Amino acid sequence: MSPSSRASIPRGAVRSFGARVLDNSEVKKDTYVLRFFPLAETLPPRPGQFYMVGVGTGLEPLLKRPFCMFDHEEGRVHILYRVRGRGTELLRRVRPGETLAVLGPLGNAYPLPPRGKTPVVAAGGTAIASVFPLIKHLKGKAAVIYGARTVEEMVMMEELEGIARRLVLCTEDGTCGSAAMVPGMLDEFGLGPEHFLYVCGPRGMARAVLRLAAERSVKGVVSLEEFMACGIGACMGCAVRTPGGYRRVCKEGPVFKLDGVVL
Amino acid sequence: MNTAVSIGKLRLKNPVMTASGTFGYGEEYAEFYDLGRLGAVVMKGISLRPMQGNPAPRIWETPCGMLNAIGLQNVGLKSFLKEKLPFIRQFDTAAVANVLGSTPAEYVKLARALDEAGLDGIELNVSCPNVSRGGMAFCANTRMLGSLVGKVRAAVKGATLIVKLSPSAPDIKAAARAAEDAGAEAVSLINTLPGMAMDLEKRRPVLGNVVGGLSGPAIKPVALRMVWEAAGAVSVPVIGMGGIMNARDALEFILAGARAVAVGTANFVTPTAAVDVVEGIESYMRDKGIEDINDLVGGLLVDNPDH
Repeated sequence: MSPSSRASIPRGAVRSFGARVLDNSEVKKDTYVLRFFPLAETLPPRPGQFYMVGVGTGLEPLLKRPFCMFDHEEGRVHILYRVRGRGTELLRRVRPGETLAVLGPLGNAYPLPPRGKTPVVAAGGTAIASVFPLIKHLKGKAAVIYGARTVEEMVMMEELEGIARRLVLCTEDGTCGSAAMVPGMLDEFGLGPEHFLYVCGPRGMARAVLRLAAERSVKGVVSLEEFMACGIGACMGCAVRTPGGYRRVCKEGPVFKLDGVVL
Repeated sequence: MNTAVSIGKLRLKNPVMTASGTFGYGEEYAEFYDLGRLGAVVMKGISLRPMQGNPAPRIWETPCGMLNAIGLQNVGLKSFLKEKLPFIRQFDTAAVANVLGSTPAEYVKLARALDEAGLDGIELNVSCPNVSRGGMAFCANTRMLGSLVGKVRAAVKGATLIVKLSPSAPDIKAAARAAEDAGAEAVSLINTLPGMAMDLEKRRPVLGNVVGGLSGPAIKPVALRMVWEAAGAVSVPVIGMGGIMNARDALEFILAGARAVAVGTANFVTPTAAVDVVEGIESYMRDKGIEDINDLVGGLLVDNPDH
């Protein structure tokens, strides 16, 4: 994006928009990719950013849901989600042609790896959606350690194979790749100070990975999820503990330095 | 067409305010529209010293509402005056500070400092359910409430003094009267209703603080009733809030007796919600040929108005 195109978007009214649904397809059991086209001029999303998506038309459910940008092409935004609760169940029923109320892109983005450091991505479960555009952006430079509980929860393996420098897969039940968990695989991989680590996954996984990174003096970032109401920094609902007090996942994050959060 | 209303010494260009705690210090929403379109911006509660707030999870969605247990995380008085107030002052809207202390002396100190800093309004938060000291405790007892308001009253010279009441007050009419008798120039209500939610599988509460405050459309009928009762009990203006999602909701509060309304949780759902309410009220007035918004205040037609 050129600076002039950014400047052409007026301050105000840029991030709250209606979005036309282009497609909402199941890519794996209970896991869907929804593609939408913003009906207003918006900023192109950067890897790591997210959208708040309205999943109903009335007051129930009330709040929009946060979904990270999974992919982006020619103005179309893709999000990947697993059906888990009321909101995602409603989202599953959305059909092409419908219009959704959306806010975004929101939050900060993944930084590029510092010069001389090799990017390593550790992802767990559907959190692969957050790091997928980053891996794509890094154009074959990133090593990816991707794990889930079972193969049924693994998505985009072929695509990852094509865009990762090296892909290490693992599942807790051994149905895909090694029967192991991401922190163990990262240990085996030989994580070291020459790497720059990107982490996104369940809180338990992230906590274990952060511990390993600290032991190995590895720098990097972690993307966090938290319940949020507004997505723009007003409600203070999505606070995460940091060494300097609580910070908002939606505003100061969702991407934080590894040593910048207390999980 | 006149949409201006008076709240104590404050003259608002229209009756739409924001509810404290739902609008930050205005910065986030200024990205979406000119805050000068609002009658007033009521900012997030301020305490003397910065507060860290409660552990996560802090929010939980409920049917047609949400629970929050933020715990009044805020930057504290000093940073508010230095870093936050100048921002809101750029806009042609009334700036109202919401203040919280754990002792009357803290409320007085805060209110005096904010009054001297030129705030247009000071809203005493005696109704937050999410802090263990202060907050709601002051609203539970009319004598304590009257004493607190009286002390703050003596310290505030220029700003309009508003007292925000809790729906948990044993008698909302008595609480409103106590605030008025002690010198409040307006009462605002309601704050959130204390509630809780749990995870049945884990047998654990979902909020880090266990209990939180319920807001959103789920509480609107309760809020309307309490505004109706308070408006009948006091002669100072009542500011109504609780589940206002659109102009129709706001107009219902005005008919129930609110001279102004505050939009809260709706800001989270739609960032332009408050200004949408302003425009909706204007459109309603045009459609119905209503010349003055004040003509609608308390205009509910009831067979038995003796309440």
